[in-house]
Amino acid sequence: MKFIDPHIHMSARTTDDYERMAAAGIVALIEPAFWLGQPRTNAGSYMDYLSSLVGWERFRAAQFGIRHYCAIGLNAKEANNVALAEEVLALLPRYLLKEGVVALGEIGFDDQTAAEEKYYRAQLDMAKDLDMVVMVHTPHRDKKTGTIRSMEIAVEHGVAPGRVIIDHNNEETVEDVLERGFWAAFTLYPHTKMGNERMVEIARRFGSERIIIDSSSDWGVSDPLAVPKTARLMLERGIAAEDVEKISYRNALAAYGQTGQMAEKDWLEPADIDQRTLFEGNSVLRGQQPRVDDLQQIPERIKDLVFK
Amino acid sequence: MTARALLAGWLARQLSADAAAWLKNSAAQIQASSKDADLYLSVSLVTRKVGKTDLALTEADLREAKAARPDWNPRDWSTDQAARVLLLLALEQEPPRLARALDQLCNSADVSELIAFYRGLPLYPDPSRYLARATEGLRTNIKGVFEAIALRNPYPSEQFPQAAWNQMVLKALFVGSALWPVVGLDRRANPELASMLCDYAHERWSAGRPVSPELWRCVGPHAAGAMLNDLERVLRSGTEPERRAAALALRASPDPAAGTLLQRDAALAKAVAGGELTWERVVATT
Repeated sequence: MKFIDPHIHMSARTTDDYERMAAAGIVALIEPAFWLGQPRTNAGSYMDYLSSLVGWERFRAAQFGIRHYCAIGLNAKEANNVALAEEVLALLPRYLLKEGVVALGEIGFDDQTAAEEKYYRAQLDMAKDLDMVVMVHTPHRDKKTGTIRSMEIAVEHGVAPGRVIIDHNNEETVEDVLERGFWAAFTLYPHTKMGNERMVEIARRFGSERIIIDSSSDWGVSDPLAVPKTARLMLERGIAAEDVEKISYRNALAAYGQTGQMAEKDWLEPADIDQRTLFEGNSVLRGQQPRVDDLQQIPERIKDLVFK
Repeated sequence: MTARALLAGWLARQLSADAAAWLKNSAAQIQASSKDADLYLSVSLVTRKVGKTDLALTEADLREAKAARPDWNPRDWSTDQAARVLLLLALEQEPPRLARALDQLCNSADVSELIAFYRGLPLYPDPSRYLARATEGLRTNIKGVFEAIALRNPYPSEQFPQAAWNQMVLKALFVGSALWPVVGLDRRANPELASMLCDYAHERWSAGRPVSPELWRCVGPHAAGAMLNDLERVLRSGTEPERRAAALALRASPDPAAGTLLQRDAALAKAVAGGELTWERVVATT
């Protein structure tokens, strides 16, 4: 099986993670622009971070045979630093149309302040002007209200729901999101966000239409194998293989591939120039199928598939 | 024809009508505009508009390239790289502006863009303006970017001071790049580099790691004294490619003792003297 992790912060992860991800069958990932765990104090560091998403991190992933895409934007937390926000918004156009930038994101609400709303709206307008897909981060506190508000504002700005992925959903938000025609992504992150047994039940209840899973693995205690593990758990617990494939691969490709910056051929038949430069002729990607079932070889027991 | 005209011609020949038109209009707009925003936007859009396939160049094209700009070898350039360099060259009448734009572009470039901009170094006007940018570019950990400057690029051999040149050659060995595509490798050999390379070989031997046979190419012309011991060791106990490399290096050495050492292997000495053994042959068997 092939997997996509459409929301993961690889800048915070080590090469051990890349090795395990590649062995587990992850062929592509999307790294959205986020904050560092502590505030940036000047636009220069934000710019260098954005450069790393299209530069060093893209290269680093390729060394393990994984295709790295990104979302570019001003995140919800740092929208509250208005002086920084203004400068960052002026920088964004230099990145938004680069190769492999699949969406504007991750944007939205954190505390649901006026500043956050202002810059969310401004970026929705940018996305609309540039015909981009939008990745929306929903707040972890007061999530239900924040999620609905995020969707209503997107519609207000004329962004089509089919062009918006609402991320970090849970049992309380999923119905609203699906009903309104948005993509519903779920972050499988131990302890604080979705657990994967719960995810299995969501799949059982709602099927696979417009449902996506991701790990949002970052600098905290999180699992960069959340997507393949959850897919495996779903299969074990009787979710149809076709649905599992959509939830863990095909839907992410459909949602984020809408602007043509991400396509299956990128990892199945990479362009010669990419073979020579990004992958340095790495044979993992010479049209071969990614290694399957290597989950067995990773030193973790089957019962560790489940995390709460 | 200028290099810029050649690039424009090759792209016009290879791209679809739409892509070629977009490129031509973008270049014209950049040249006419006083703001750099057009340049940044167009450069970003290149992959979408122009695609990225190898430039289809004939031997005649490559000869014309060398005639337009000595030692310029665009053999393995791609369409997106050529297009990006062409867009930047729209500013060639204003060298300070081009240099500033290049810095800005490099500061927010993705991997493909960096490779393109560095490959274009031999074509930018007022070459000394780019020295800091080029040496900065070599600091990268991204091998393709390093090689865009170090390999098949006449800029370093023409513009780098000796210390920067030496670090580049040493790094090429460090990161596992081939040396034979380094332009000016023989011309820029120097005693300090020879010494650094021998030290590096000693490090590798202590660690039980292999030494690239190509290393000795830059040692030979300045091999004297203790360095000859290293060459003798390789000649005596190296792999076949290493022994051939040592033979060539000994032949290039100005020290009379080198000739004596080389004669200990009559077959190799003969091959070197007869011209059958060259550095190209060494690399081919590596």
